[in-house]
Formats: sequence, C-alpha cells, structure tokens
Amino acid sequence: MERDPNDFELAVFSLLWSEHCGYKHSALLLKRFPTDGPAVLQGPGENAGVVDVGGGEAVAFKVESHNHPSAVEPFQGAATGVGGILRDIIAMGARPIALLDGLRFGRPDWGFSRAVAGIGHYGNSVGVPTVGGEAVFDDAYEQNPLVNAMCVGVLPAERVTRARARGTGNLIVLYGATTGRDGIGGASVLASQELSEEDGDKRPTVQIGDPFTGKKLIEASLALVEGGLVASLQDCGAAGLASSLAEMAAGGEAGVDVELDRVPLREDGMEPVEIMISESQERMVAVVEPGRLADVEALCRRWELEHAVIGEVTETGELRAFFGGELVGTIPARLLTDEAPRYRVSPEPRAAAAPIVHDPIPVEPDDLLALLASPNVRSRRAVFERYDHLVGSRTVRRPGLDAAVLRLPPSHRGLAVSLDGPGRAASLDPHTAGMQAVLESARNVACAGGRPLALTNCLNFGNPEKGEIAWELVEAIEGMAQACEALGVPIVSGNVSLYNETGGRPIDPTPAVGCVGLVEDVREIPGRWAEGDVVLVAGAPELSLDGSEYQARFLGGAAGRPPRPSAAAEAALVAFLADAAPVLTSAHDCSDGGLAVALSELALWSGAGADVDLEPDALEWFGEGGGRAVVTCRREDVTRLDDAVPLREIGVVRGDRLLGVTLDRLRAAHEGGER
Amino acid sequence: MSEVRPRVGVVTFPGSNDDRDAVWALAALGADAKPLWHADERLPALDAIVLPGGFSYGDYLRAGAIARFSPAMGAVVEFAREGGLVLGICNGFQVLCEAGLLPGVLRPNRSLSFVCRDVRLTVERTDTPFTSRCRPGQELTIPVKHGDGCWFAPAALLAEVEGDDLVLLRYAEGENPNGSVADVAGLVSPEGNVMGLMPHPEHAVDPLLGSGDGALVLASLVDAARDRVLQAA
Repeated sequence: MERDPNDFELAVFSLLWSEHCGYKHSALLLKRFPTDGPAVLQGPGENAGVVDVGGGEAVAFKVESHNHPSAVEPFQGAATGVGGILRDIIAMGARPIALLDGLRFGRPDWGFSRAVAGIGHYGNSVGVPTVGGEAVFDDAYEQNPLVNAMCVGVLPAERVTRARARGTGNLIVLYGATTGRDGIGGASVLASQELSEEDGDKRPTVQIGDPFTGKKLIEASLALVEGGLVASLQDCGAAGLASSLAEMAAGGEAGVDVELDRVPLREDGMEPVEIMISESQERMVAVVEPGRLADVEALCRRWELEHAVIGEVTETGELRAFFGGELVGTIPARLLTDEAPRYRVSPEPRAAAAPIVHDPIPVEPDDLLALLASPNVRSRRAVFERYDHLVGSRTVRRPGLDAAVLRLPPSHRGLAVSLDGPGRAASLDPHTAGMQAVLESARNVACAGGRPLALTNCLNFGNPEKGEIAWELVEAIEGMAQACEALGVPIVSGNVSLYNETGGRPIDPTPAVGCVGLVEDVREIPGRWAEGDVVLVAGAPELSLDGSEYQARFLGGAAGRPPRPSAAAEAALVAFLADAAPVLTSAHDCSDGGLAVALSELALWSGAGADVDLEPDALEWFGEGGGRAVVTCRREDVTRLDDAVPLREIGVVRGDRLLGVTLDRLRAAHEGGER
Repeated sequence: MSEVRPRVGVVTFPGSNDDRDAVWALAALGADAKPLWHADERLPALDAIVLPGGFSYGDYLRAGAIARFSPAMGAVVEFAREGGLVLGICNGFQVLCEAGLLPGVLRPNRSLSFVCRDVRLTVERTDTPFTSRCRPGQELTIPVKHGDGCWFAPAALLAEVEGDDLVLLRYAEGENPNGSVADVAGLVSPEGNVMGLMPHPEHAVDPLLGSGDGALVLASLVDAARDRVLQAA
C-alpha cells in the first residue's frame, strides 16, 4: 500500500490475514493435493468444488470446520456451522440435498449432545437431510472438540455460479438477515488462536443461527439463480462483508465500492468497521445487472428477506468503503486474498515408535460385546434419529452403515456420500492417518455401490507454528495426496482449521475427508445379507493391534506403530467393491474394531446371523490396518467376482447367532452401550 | 375414468420443507398437484388441499401457531367448512389443530428430542376419504420426523374423540415415538373431510426409499378427490 493502514483497514487486514481466511500456514502445503480431473468443473478456491456427474448434472460439495465456536458454545457453534456450509453450496447455484457431520469430542457428554441438537436444529428446520458423518470420542478432543460440516448439492452442469464481481456498474446487493454486532472477530479471535480456560468471554464472538431465515435464503437464492437474475453469488461468512467483497473483487479482477450506511442493521450506532466485519448469519451477496434489480427486489420481498443495494462493481481493483459519503478505507482487493502472506512451516519430525509384537491373545465373545458397547463402536442410531434424513425424497440408503445413497431423479442414478476421519492411528503416525482418512471415505462409498468421483477435506490440526504440529500437517497431507493419486480421485474443495489446542494440548492430527461417488443404478446397490449367502473378506492387508480400538480398550491405550496401507492394494479394493456392487447382497467396510465388529454390524443391519470360522485370536477378530471389507453374495455368484483382490471365504449366512452370540445380545450391546 | 387427475393443492408456507415431496408423491399417484403460496388469500379451484410438513414461519412459537393466521389458511378453513378435503401432514397437522379444524393439540415429544424413524401404524377405520385403500386393522410402515408430535387432549375431549371414532391411525404397540395419548398418530374431523397425521405418507410412496405404505393414504385422498370431480360432472 506504501502507507500505514488506518484503523478500519487494519481491522480488515487482521481478519483476512488470519489463518482462517488467509491460509497463511497451509496454502503452500495444499499445493501437494491433486485437484484436477476430466470431471472437475470447479476445483479449490471457490465456495465449493463442483464435479460433472454426466446427464447434464453436476454436484457441488465441501466440508468446513466450526470447531472453536463449538468449543465455546456447542449448540450455536454446530448450528451455524451447518448454516455456513449450506450457504457455500447455494453460492455455487446448487440445491443442497445432503448434510454430513464429523463430530469429535472427549466423551459423549453434554457438549456432544448439544452439538447434535444444534445440527438437528438447523438441518431439520431448513429441510436438508442429514445422512451421515462420524462421531468419535477420545481424550485428545476433551478440551477442543471438532465439529466439521459437509454439504452436497446438485445443479445443472452448465450453470455453475461463481463469486466473481464482473461488469463495471453492476450492483452489489446484500440480502437475507439484518446485520448486527454478533460474531465480530470470529475468524481471527476464535478460529485462529489457541483456546484457554478463560474463553467464556469469547462467547460474544460466536454467531447465532436463525434457520428459518436460512431456509428462506436457500429458496430465494435458488430462485434468483434459476431465474438468471444474478451474475454472481457469494456467501457472507467468516469476516463478513470484508471477506465476501474482497473475494468477489479479486475473483472478478475488479474493484468494489461499498456504502456501509446502506446495510440494513439490527441495532443502532454500529461503527463502519463493525458493519464491515460483522459475522451475522444468513446473509448473501449478489452481483446484479441494473436492469434486473427490480426482479431481484421483488423476489426478496416474496421471501420476506431484507435486501439493499450496498455498492457497485468498479474497475479500480480496490475494495473501497464509504460511510455517510466519506471514504473510510481503501485496500487493493488482491492484497486481502491472493497476496496475503504465505509462511513456510518448519517441520520437526517426531521419532516413530516401533511396532509392538504380541504373542497370540485369545479372545472370547464377551470381548466382542464390550467393544460393540464402547463409545466409538456402538450404534449411532441415537444420533442419526435426531436428524431428518428423509426430506427431499432421495434417500435410498439411510444412515447407519458406511455411506448413504441419494438418488438423482428422474434417472436411477445416485450419489453415495461419506465423511470420515482417521482412527486411533492418528496419534501414532500422521502419514497413515492421512492415507486412512482418504481410503476409508472412498471405501465407504464403494461399499454402498458408488464409484468415488472426488473428495473434499478439512484439516484439523494444532498450532502450525510448533515444529511437531507442522510435521504432522506435512506428513498427513503427503499421506492423503498419495492415497488420492492411487485412487485417481482429486480433492476439489476444503478447509483448514489450525490452532486446535486448549491449554497447550493439541488435538490428534485429524484430516476429515468427504467422498462423493456415483452410483450407476440405485436399485442394484448392496443391501442386507440373506440366508444362504456366502460371507467373504475382500482384501488382505497387514494387520496389527497398534492403533486399534481393541488396543485402546484392553491394552492400555494407543501405542506402537500401525502398518502403512499399500496404496495400490487399497485402490484395487475400492475398484473391486464398486465393480462388484450389483452382484453383492451386502458389503461393509472393516474399520474400527476389526473383522468381528464389522461382521456384527452387518448381521445387525441385516437382521440375520452367520456361521463364520475365525481363529479366536485378537489379531484375527479385532486387528486393524489397511482396508478390508466384508462382502456377501449368493453361492452361484461367487464365480462372478473378479480376482483383482484377495478373497477369503469365511462362512455362510444362517441362523440368529454370530461368533457364538445371539443377535439379541449383540444388539443389546451395540444399541445399549456401556452401562 | 381413472385418467381424471383431480386438482390437489399443496400450500407452501415460508419454512415448509416437505411441500415439494408432497407435490411429487401426489403427482406420482395420479393427482394434478398444484403448489399454493401462503400469502395468497384466494385459492384456485381445487378438489383437495394438503398442508405439508416443515417448520412454518420457523415455528419459534408453538408449532403451527403462526401459520394458522396466514392469508392462505383463511381460504383453507373456508374450503374445509364447505366440505372440501384437507389433509395435514406433520406441521400441517399442527396447523389444523391450531386452526381448530381438528381436536387436540401437539406438544413436544416426551423425549424432548426430534425423532426420525420408520414406525408401524394400525389402521382403525377404512370408511374415510383418507384410508379407503387400506384394510381394517392393516399395519402400515411410514416414517415420522418431528419434534412436536405428541398429540394431547384432556380426558373429556379424548372420550369424545374416541366415542366419535375419529382416530384413523394409531402407533402399533411399542412404537409410539412421541408419547401421544391413546397412541394417536392420525385423526379425522367429526365431519369426516379433514385429516391430520404426524407420520409422513409422502415419504413412503416408493419401496426403493423404504416403504410404499404411505401411498395407500395419499391414493385414498386422490381417489376421493377424483370421485368428487366425477360426481360434479
């Protein structure tokens, strides 16, 4: 700028150059991800990624964190996380058709329950089904819980809307809720610092959600896009107008003049800078050609939304803010976005522990029951029944196993969607954690009959200014990238959440990965196993108890070093599962808790037992490691399965028992949880 | 004459969520389904009206308490008073109770949590425009998804409701998801032309999506609406 910024400008810089908005510690590392492919219509850098699914349709999706707001106030933090990711999807011109949520807490306590309630409060009220996600409990998240929200939307492939201010003289229209003092400084104060004991006074930085206005905003925005009334749309989220307008100006290689006294306010006496950076929820910004303004205003009135022309597109390349006719700030837009500072992190590797070698450990059915009842394995029914997972009439495969499937009417095609993070291996090897997150989400989609199309990711880590955390970040990204390359699947959107530390304790490295896959025919996806079906295990990776649920429960906590998955074998397994889907009667990913838990979950999902022959050894029953899946098919169809992956026949579906336990007892443990 | 497609209107309030699902399901079952707008005081000529699920006006007050005052509801009440067929689903049921077209009220679920799951229901009567395609005593599987679905009436009103045989659907034993009195899931008005229910029949018209049993309720309505068209002709 070649001068000192004034106070207004300084406040804008402080937010947009925060880690949350500016990605200053992560931007260089993220270049490692493969982001392109023949079907990619929009990669990272926009409000969401967009992938062509054929038939003239496209899918827009993204996952985003709302960790720190949820740590301070779990209900509103989670609710506004959902609201924010919904606006990212509608900004692309897409109708949201599914939400997924990744929750990581210390234990299933009050805070967890409030986060679930907040997600339901928003998602249920706006009529978008919540169809999946994960709930993981570990001491590492006790003081710093994670709330990641993912949204998937559909749109015509030729109508991708982008956040670009173009056309000098076009009008900037703000519509939705009024603007108040809520959420001021959220992006920098909350999202880009470590938390501490005294965070009660940060509560005013948490935004308050209004899903009713959010619902009207969705419908009005889609009507604006469908009517061809807007040239561009942008969510008004972290850092408020400052971020929205800067990104639109930079994206459009233009400038924006904004008159802050024209913004509809909900309280008196707000300073220009407060209006500029307020994170009041349920607001969108549109670029409108002057000739279409009357139609835009009529539509906002129909949906009873506040709206105002607050500025116009210029050719200055600058974001200029006025208040009462006075210029209060001028900043070159690119300086706030593309030219924000980029730091190289300084990784300090942590020495790897040696793998732990065990003599065979005999196991018995009570061990299985104990694992099924443990917080990380038990049924998630009590969570997903609090979410409307049916609205929209698309949900062919409901939540509960691997991935949900949503159909794309009028065709019989569909989307399989999943959101996953790493298991307990995360604390032992960040590289493996990165691979696991990508591979598990892809495997879950494939088990539901989908062929992975693209991924979205949310990198939840500690403070990157510490060498060990920087190393975790670098290693996890490398693992993710290698897994993506093996699968041939790009990452098209994402979000980074750093500084997840409270009282100096960082969380485990937690890359969360969302996968969207295409299902050719939703009538042919794997479902439930049935009497007489052959039970097989697909995949034969190296197994270990290191980083397993069994180790955490029975051997004193995560320790040792889990085996690194073989990227090639993993990719072959995903392809096999997607190819074999029409032949398989059921399929289920084998992850937390190992083979015995996967068999139990599939038996309970199917409502039938099986005679299976497993050695009563901890490694055989509960070992984890690389990817495996339990699959079943009719006896006569076994020869139709290709031999691209190792297949091991372990039994037959029959009766009402599994591994010596009745289904009723398995269900009581799985549904009832620990007493 | 089954090609006659009766005109069934579906009201969209701000905050309605299952309006498009209802339009889709009714059209699939042979109706000429017409979206209606809450702010319109006058309705087009219709053979039946459906009030869909959702959170009308946000339902930040008691569910349905604001929607009953909407301009379109004035016309719906008039339509019902003249004998028109009206079906309220979930939030629509709440609105009908608030508007005084059906007895009782809907309270928050006894669990105080939103609940979304399939429930089994027992059909109590089949001699109504909403259940004619069902068999007496038939068990239907239809999903519920609501936070305020606990139908309640004081003892005297409940005795009237039971005495007049107004309960059309009850939750099967052990299935009641909300604590409603007498396991009431769906009711008809004393005049027999207005029904409300908490389960969502529009989400159970295609077995691919879980169950086809809801189609029996909606197709009964479409049949009855069609009969009225034919009688008028």
